[in-house]
Amino acid sequence: MPLLKCGYLTYEELRALRAVPSDARYAKGPVAVIECVQEIPCNPCETSCPSRAICVGDPIVNLPCLAEEQCTGCGMCVAKCPGMAIFVVDKAYSDTTATVGFPYEYFPLPEEGAAVTAVDRAGQPVCGGTVVRVMNPKAFDHTPVVTVEIPKAFADEVRGIERGTC
Amino acid sequence: MLEREIVVVGAGPAGLSAAIEAAGAGARVLCIDLNMRPGGQLFKQIHKFFGSSAHRSGTRGIDIGRMMLDEAEDKGVELWLGSTVIGLFPGNKVGVRHGQDGTAGAFVTVHAQKIIVAAGASENVVRFDGWTTPGVMGAGAAQTMVNVNHVKPGRRVVMLGSGNVGLIVSYQLMQAGCEVAALVEAAPKIGGYAVHAAKIARAGVPIYTSHTIKRVVPDESGRVCRVVIVGLDDAFQEIPGTEREIEADTVAIGAGLKPTTELLALLKCDFTFHPVWGRVPLHNRDMETSQEGVYIAGDTTGVEEANTALEEGRIAGISAAAALGYLSEDEAKARKDEIWARLAALRMGPFGEKREQAKQDILSAFDESRGGLAAV
Repeated sequence: MPLLKCGYLTYEELRALRAVPSDARYAKGPVAVIECVQEIPCNPCETSCPSRAICVGDPIVNLPCLAEEQCTGCGMCVAKCPGMAIFVVDKAYSDTTATVGFPYEYFPLPEEGAAVTAVDRAGQPVCGGTVVRVMNPKAFDHTPVVTVEIPKAFADEVRGIERGTC
Repeated sequence: MLEREIVVVGAGPAGLSAAIEAAGAGARVLCIDLNMRPGGQLFKQIHKFFGSSAHRSGTRGIDIGRMMLDEAEDKGVELWLGSTVIGLFPGNKVGVRHGQDGTAGAFVTVHAQKIIVAAGASENVVRFDGWTTPGVMGAGAAQTMVNVNHVKPGRRVVMLGSGNVGLIVSYQLMQAGCEVAALVEAAPKIGGYAVHAAKIARAGVPIYTSHTIKRVVPDESGRVCRVVIVGLDDAFQEIPGTEREIEADTVAIGAGLKPTTELLALLKCDFTFHPVWGRVPLHNRDMETSQEGVYIAGDTTGVEEANTALEEGRIAGISAAAALGYLSEDEAKARKDEIWARLAALRMGPFGEKREQAKQDILSAFDESRGGLAAV
């Protein structure tokens, strides 16, 4: 598995391993994409979801399952996942653009409206983007969730941004 | 000689949870740690923990540490910091170099009715040409520098080892503002959780599996300035011609840990060699060693992680308190059974299975050594 060799999966590889949201669900707006593929003992995604859309159950090494119709794309699980393996993707953001929300625990924290370089799972630049939202409430416990607007074609590739320097 | 009902050696997650349980049941507990601050590695763990939400997962280690210190204080646990347990002697005598104000350096002997050893583990080292060059350090040391002392160990770091320590410390070095030039792993695949690897891959860190550090080249001042890595074949032999040079001023080594067990060897506790954990003391389901009244918990029993250390500490604390009469046998058993069930859940999945098997092997070996029936 390339994941164990280079540390990341492509979207196609992820899809082969795990359920991702359906096209129909993507078309309705923001939804959680759970990129957790190893059975490790962990369940904060399940207990943090205000819509009870994520199920891990017993034993806690089960992989999380998403009830996509119940998910509102709020981003709580994105901040809570200790593995930082959950993203919120909104493919219905506009006719031409999508947004990707991801956890971001680096300084400096980007500001809303900032132009950024969006990167893929390998940290490679994919396209330019604009920061549309930075959520950092107390409940996220110092794990801000940054949302960037990018061309729709890259919604399944972009999972972060190039870091700024302090 | 000072008298205490229970002495706990080590105030990390295992020792503190043992102390909290035992003191909560009513025992008088003294917990001794050689560091100036209690909490063991918890205060370096600025990341959110895995595990079950019922047990504080999703909470950062540093916050779990704070909660435990508050709880220990509430329960009246006595803490000696900056104090080193230098020996355990027959008759349950604990030799301590007492380091607190006013008595710095004084040697005291404490007689304890029960002893719980939760001494943790120490980092392994990898020897390569130049491994003693200033700038080469353990990954744990680099983590202490950035997360406890708020000092960057260097500007650009090469991490050796892709277990969870190597992966997490790489991430935290970047959070502190260092650059991670490469993560190097001798095995053909990443050792730690894929989600930790994905985090650093996303940040653009190149990961070299089937590679190791061949040598470190110092600059004129004698400090690390270049790191030469080399590819390895399936038999972990260097492949000539695959050397590559990386500019870096720091090397961090995250090559695993080994249990700290010297105190138990002094007491002549029975040990075994287990392929997963190395040489470790035998213990039973009360976490009691072959020496009656001497218990162990956490990494000392075989290196795992904070969640399992916390749970084992609880069992040791309950067992010691019950042996002193603070808990009825039935109550102690019910609580221990619950904890063993939680431990079994933590030891499932591809990462936990071999630790579960190792734990069962140790428990069986204990029974066999006592001439009893092997655990089923």
